[in-house]
Amino acid sequence: MWFYEKKLQYPAKVGRANLRMAKYLITQYGGPDGELAASLRYLTQRYTMPTGQAKAILTDIGTEELAHLEIIATLVYKLMDRSTVGEIEAAGLGAYYADHDKALYYVNGESVPWTAAYIQSKGDPVADLHEDMAAEEKARATYEWLINLSDDPDLNDTLKFLRQREIVHFQRFGETLQLVQEHLDSKRVY
Amino acid sequence: MNREQVAALKELMAQEFTALEFHLYLDTHPTDQRALMEYNEACRQLMVLKQRYQQCFGPLTFCESSGYPWQWIEEPWPWQISY
Repeated sequence: MWFYEKKLQYPAKVGRANLRMAKYLITQYGGPDGELAASLRYLTQRYTMPTGQAKAILTDIGTEELAHLEIIATLVYKLMDRSTVGEIEAAGLGAYYADHDKALYYVNGESVPWTAAYIQSKGDPVADLHEDMAAEEKARATYEWLINLSDDPDLNDTLKFLRQREIVHFQRFGETLQLVQEHLDSKRVY
Repeated sequence: MNREQVAALKELMAQEFTALEFHLYLDTHPTDQRALMEYNEACRQLMVLKQRYQQCFGPLTFCESSGYPWQWIEEPWPWQISY
């Protein structure tokens, strides 16, 4: 069971509206290594994890990713705020505007819609946890490339926070993998 | 999970649903004072049930205190319970 808390996990600030960055950043909303993919991946893999501990970490990180999804949405919303149709078109977002106006939609930077094919739920906890570790590293790299593309210190502050969370999640998944492997090994001893 | 715990859990779930239903109703009827009073009372009763349940069986959510060792990782998780 989930409840919504009416606040962000971290203050999402942008220095100025910036359609170029909005176009890039939306990939962390609905792209292959974005927050939606992360959250839905962990929350669907947790059911078949072999230990209470692994179920807990996937539940907790899957939940935190929803909070990150909200931060990304807030940033994209603010980056597009008050821009004119002419500016949107000039930034290469005319096709996005035709389909969505300035509404948030789950696409990557090239407007490819989110797909469940981005994620896997294998039923093998070792395979799933390896995928989760890779996912965290891919998300971290995406945040780094986004920071390289941005010259807005306020935006970069929030992106650096999110990048740091990927590093922490990678660490926790690594520990979980080790604990799950120990659990599986102990079950093989008769 | 023993029968006593399942019964306590189901009582809690029912009370929570009551509060939730009032919450949704109030979103579209924000000036219904009677519903608001019932909502506040339902939430108060829910808090009592939650506190009692968590004292016996451990935390239900984020930032509820835990006995040692960390009880959050204990099974069963919700999809493992016979209701």
